[in-house]
Amino acid sequence: MRVGLAIHLLRRSFGTMLGLALVAMIVALALAGPFIVPYPDDVQGAVNLTNKLQPPSAAHWFGTDEVGNDILTRVIIGARLSLLVGIAIPLAAALIGVPLGILAGTAGGGLREAIMRVTDLFLSVPGLVLAIALVAALGPGIGNAMIALILVWWPGYVRLAESKALAIREEPFIEAARAAGATQLRILWRHVLPNSLSPLIVKMSMDIGQAILAIASLGFLGLGAKPPTPEWGAMISIARGYLPDWWWYAICPGALIYASVLGFNLLGDGLRDMLDPRSNRG
Amino acid sequence: MIRYLVRRAALAVVMLFGLICLTFVIANVAPSDAAALAAGPDAGRAQIEQARRDYGLDRPLHEQFVRYVTDLGRGDFGRSVATGRPVGQDLAKYFFATLELCLVAMTLGILLGIPLGVLSAVFQDRWVDHGTRIIAVSGIALPPFWFGLLLQLGIASSLGWLPTSGRLSVFTEPAAPITGLLLVDSLLRGNGALFAEALSYLILPAIVLSLPCLASILRVNRSEMVEALRADHITAARAHGVSRLRIVAVHALKNAMLPTLAIIGLRWGWMMSSTVLVETVFDWPGIGLYAVSSAIAGDFKPVMGVTLIVGLNFMLANLVVDLLYGALDPRIREA
Repeated sequence: MRVGLAIHLLRRSFGTMLGLALVAMIVALALAGPFIVPYPDDVQGAVNLTNKLQPPSAAHWFGTDEVGNDILTRVIIGARLSLLVGIAIPLAAALIGVPLGILAGTAGGGLREAIMRVTDLFLSVPGLVLAIALVAALGPGIGNAMIALILVWWPGYVRLAESKALAIREEPFIEAARAAGATQLRILWRHVLPNSLSPLIVKMSMDIGQAILAIASLGFLGLGAKPPTPEWGAMISIARGYLPDWWWYAICPGALIYASVLGFNLLGDGLRDMLDPRSNRG
Repeated sequence: MIRYLVRRAALAVVMLFGLICLTFVIANVAPSDAAALAAGPDAGRAQIEQARRDYGLDRPLHEQFVRYVTDLGRGDFGRSVATGRPVGQDLAKYFFATLELCLVAMTLGILLGIPLGVLSAVFQDRWVDHGTRIIAVSGIALPPFWFGLLLQLGIASSLGWLPTSGRLSVFTEPAAPITGLLLVDSLLRGNGALFAEALSYLILPAIVLSLPCLASILRVNRSEMVEALRADHITAARAHGVSRLRIVAVHALKNAMLPTLAIIGLRWGWMMSSTVLVETVFDWPGIGLYAVSSAIAGDFKPVMGVTLIVGLNFMLANLVVDLLYGALDPRIREA
């Protein structure tokens, strides 16, 4: 697709621009975090009890938490963790799911049946409950929560890659490549994979937002990151105990979760309109 | 139709068996020792071995699996090692609280989602459409637990209009359950005060739970309606002078309903899953809260029980949707 057309489509849509701006903000916070935070000592949880639970002020824009840490500082630092986890989960899931899906779609027969039935099985339980079951078995913690979410996420990529591979397999240009003597591996790498790339990028963009939300959800439930790790969901879970009197504590981390999920969703929507206009929206 | 029904039901049974296998595998790859947990933190080696024998954990895996399946067949989900109570009993107690919450949230989602979807398709790119797009986009992105806290903060604490959390006031003693759904039970008994109280506790969690579902229904319904309104038979109907209301409400909506139905079925399963977050925020005594507190304690029998119940609900919802699809769309039965 031509770059000029892409930019035109991008600028025409307010939602996509908003999504792009939000994503840019989160990425900037994640990259520059340690250099711009007002109170670097508070990152790992310095204890400063004389300063605890201060309301928002010029010195502490979003107030302070129960051990006197600046909430703004901890929320900015949290962007790095959330973005990293949010990218790692769909990426790992795609690395597992896409090869399996392409294999299932091109191989057919018993192998395809086996891969797709296992996939269906994992898709038969809604993600969050399956993730909780896996975390219960593996034990709480951010690492195990990530493993659980990757195990929940890969089947979606198998489905996507399989359907694309199936659709492309019948195209005349694949037949032409085969007739010209291209090996199976070359056909997969040069033709099937690039043609599956657009929906894959769209799905990954959407999934980054959903993964950020999922890891924060597990953190909130007490099954993910543990305090004093500056993770947004875990922060809200503590802040919950300080409602309603210390209301500002819960506002800021939640707003950032919302902003990042919204950003990646809108960006994904916009990318779909650009890259994959015929697909079904849902 | 009968053949389609039988084939679809057989597939559901196979999936259910697969799900049982999956929960068994998850429970058995766990690195933590269930016997040690059951024996308690102060137990010595002998007591742990005793617990291992009591729970049958010393048997070979295939024997344990056969026992697991036969127990499930009798409705026995095992015992919670943390509380010692049978998981089946707990699930029966908590499930109806979750069911009530999900039913009300789903009703809200459907009653608001479909009309809003229709309106935004009819008034495409006008202000109604832009307004509903904000609901559709934020409904999926808002963290449910944070939205719940905001509602508690604003409507329950500051304004004092509704109670903050729980299913009933701690001072209210609900009568013995008839259906297990408090709203229905209180109406059956003619107890208006109890109905009003139960409803006041239900509203906020139901709103939070319904938002993502409302957003999905709205999105799907809108895009299907836009598509349907462009179809040739709609133009023909308009040319024949059929009223605008009839065209939208009958001709177009009928075509848009099948995909909407599919998303409703899918959302029912997801709702049973995201209820975990909502129940935690609002201290709603359902299976979600039960699963989370058990998961934190490392007590997996309850967690696996909840996983099975949620998975079963998800499969049943998909089954119902598929059968409705088959009944409404002859092309699917033939395939």
